[in-house]
Amino acid sequence: MSSSPSIHASERALKRLKKRHARERRFKVMGLSAIAIAVMALIWLLYSVIGTGYKAFYTHSFTLDVEMTESVLDPTGARDPDALRKSNYRRIVQNAMYERFPDVTDRKAKKELFDIISTSGAPNHLRQMAYNDPSIIGQSFTITVPTSDDVDQLLKGNIDRDLDESRRKVSDRQIAWVDQLMETGEIKSGFNKGFFVNPDSRDAELAGIATAFLGSLMTLFVTALMAIPVGIGAAIWLDEFAPRNRFVDFIEININNLAAVPSIIFGVLGLAIFINFFGLPRSIPIVGGLVLGLRALPTVIIATRATLMAVPQSIRDGALSIGASHVQAVFHHKLPHAGPGILTGSIIAMAQALGETAPLLMIGMVAFLTEVPNSPTDPATVLPVQIYIWSSNAERAWVEKTSAAIMILLLVLILINGFAIWLRNRLEKRW
Amino acid sequence: MNSILILICVTLALTAISFVFARQKARRQLAVAAKTIHSQPSYHGWFAGLMSGGLAFLALIVSAFLSLSPLFTIVLMVVLAVLGFFFAMNRIGADFRARTYVEYFIKSILVLCSLIAVFTTIGIIFSLLFESMRFFKEVSFLDFVTGLDWSAQTAFRDDQVGQSGSFGAVPIFAGTFLITLIAVSIAAPIGLMIAIFLSEYASVRAKRIIKPTIEILAGIPTIVYGFFALLTFGPFIRGFAESMGFGIPTQSAFTAGVVMGIMIIPFVSSLSNDVINAVPQSMRDGSYALGATKSETMTKVVFAGALPGIIGAFLLAISRAIGETMIVVLAAGGAANLTANPFESVSTVTFQIVTLLTGDLEFDSPKTLSAFALGLMLFVVTLLLNMIALIIVRRYSAKYE
Repeated sequence: MSSSPSIHASERALKRLKKRHARERRFKVMGLSAIAIAVMALIWLLYSVIGTGYKAFYTHSFTLDVEMTESVLDPTGARDPDALRKSNYRRIVQNAMYERFPDVTDRKAKKELFDIISTSGAPNHLRQMAYNDPSIIGQSFTITVPTSDDVDQLLKGNIDRDLDESRRKVSDRQIAWVDQLMETGEIKSGFNKGFFVNPDSRDAELAGIATAFLGSLMTLFVTALMAIPVGIGAAIWLDEFAPRNRFVDFIEININNLAAVPSIIFGVLGLAIFINFFGLPRSIPIVGGLVLGLRALPTVIIATRATLMAVPQSIRDGALSIGASHVQAVFHHKLPHAGPGILTGSIIAMAQALGETAPLLMIGMVAFLTEVPNSPTDPATVLPVQIYIWSSNAERAWVEKTSAAIMILLLVLILINGFAIWLRNRLEKRW
Repeated sequence: MNSILILICVTLALTAISFVFARQKARRQLAVAAKTIHSQPSYHGWFAGLMSGGLAFLALIVSAFLSLSPLFTIVLMVVLAVLGFFFAMNRIGADFRARTYVEYFIKSILVLCSLIAVFTTIGIIFSLLFESMRFFKEVSFLDFVTGLDWSAQTAFRDDQVGQSGSFGAVPIFAGTFLITLIAVSIAAPIGLMIAIFLSEYASVRAKRIIKPTIEILAGIPTIVYGFFALLTFGPFIRGFAESMGFGIPTQSAFTAGVVMGIMIIPFVSSLSNDVINAVPQSMRDGSYALGATKSETMTKVVFAGALPGIIGAFLLAISRAIGETMIVVLAAGGAANLTANPFESVSTVTFQIVTLLTGDLEFDSPKTLSAFALGLMLFVVTLLLNMIALIIVRRYSAKYE
């Protein structure tokens, strides 16, 4: 091509260039594969959670004719509420089941038959009904109660029917009954409302996230009440009023460090100060909220400072020049402009607090609770801790529940963060 | 609890009433001299409100400390509030500097807010030190940091309390180190490559998609990672090893470390991205002008310039990994083995704190106290790492300004 071959066109140089270009391509591929690994990890994680969790949103229930036999429940006929509480509702359910399958006679088969239904859920349902309205004793009616978690798993296809009977949780006989009941429509699948309204339970088919969800809400309320005002106040002081000296430098460094302290340390602090020193009760949302409030404080301060710094100095100066005091200039003029940014930062800090587990374990929010909390001073747990508690159960039904609870948690986090981003895009000013 | 709420409401009500009356009086009285007054009527109102409310609150605190009866407390609060109210009402006038006082109060509240962050740090140090000292009275510090045998759980039995050797934390530190090493050796290269790709290769549009997607990883709560490690990744690794003919446990340093590494990828990538972007474009342009390819520019020019910042990012990532709790609690296994084999069950500082401090606590037993000693170690190490990282990053960013 060219008349004078330059050294850049020599064979060696071209070879070298080829090598260099290959290296360039390899480098780019490395970058791309790093992204691919991270994205694939994310997809795998979400897939494994959603793939098992979605099944917990529907469940199977059994519609059964029961007779509230008076001779079993209230032989004296006194209708005493306390006595009715202790009556043998289990027997009623058993009788109803035996009546549905009159040809089952032998003891073992009878037990298996009863095990199709939620063995504590059904009697508890009847107990609650009788407690609410004692006049139903002696009557017959139909109730719809959850099936046992094993039957639910069988119908969801999670138990291998081809496995040897001794190695699966439901017997051949139970499978036959369940199939028959499915055909007649007595066992039906439907939306799992119990998962949302029930507190925790030892039985997978009855366990729900109500306690944890309300606990999370209350805890987060206390956290917000504490961290957001204090955080904004601290940020305003540091940004506007603080003198420049060593002590203020120390406060700033301290806040930056506090943001990077492991969250479990805040739990230890809460245990030592709030519970051991002040003697507050364990496992209550107030203490949990305070601990998470301290945890979220540096995040709120840092986010607020960043927004305050972005507001042009001229706004404050304008206010000062027409005679406003320093406090007025900041609160009436600077702060409103920073409002949207502060709100976004605070919301994101609250989302982080919602996902915290370790500090709340330290202050005892890990108790097994079968009651829904009514106020922030009642023992409660939170969603992440509920997930932790459930995750120690290896049975399929529990894995499903845990995954579903994670789905709820992630959904709430996505909504909160999405709201924050929407707010920022909508309200934030660029100067 | 409820009585306190009621008393706080009483305080607020007294504040509000004082505010309204004082403002009204100030409005009437100062309307004549509207141009020469120092403070607007509402500041007079605030002054009165703060005087009466503040005194009532003071009475509330005092009676809470002396545990007086609620009725007496209310009487005391109202009397003091009325005194404060009349004090403020008497001051209302054109010359009275109500605004100055109110603003002084506001600033004091702001200072108090800032001090809460300091008090938190002091609280952490104090509570950890205090309980650790009690622990080190029973177990010598030297035994704690050099002992090779950790069996805090069994030391609960009477005949074993304080027995030397039970609280040797070396296996715990080794386990923490092993998991951190695995996590960082996953997160550091991947995070760094992502940062490089985003800053040097990705188009604006690609960046807009990739960046938030990676950030999602950072927003997922750690308990979710722990659950994923325990139920998906652990069994997957075991199955994979079995198919190769090895038998390894589901819960191991490897399982926890890899999942933790994935968790801190966005942490490394966003910090490194910032420092790489901070390297001046002129340095890149100079390199391109000499004929260097993008990768050569990156590895030989930009990387060298960004190195301190990247080291800072790695240090922060290490600090994150050391303090991470839920993943190790669920997936590390928890046996205090002194091992370098990643496929064995190990225990970490955070794991031990969780197991020692959940359940029934006895603040006298070294078992409980040892958790505070571990907490102190954790706090000191992460604090040092953060400090060093901050200093490095700060110095580095000053270099290019």
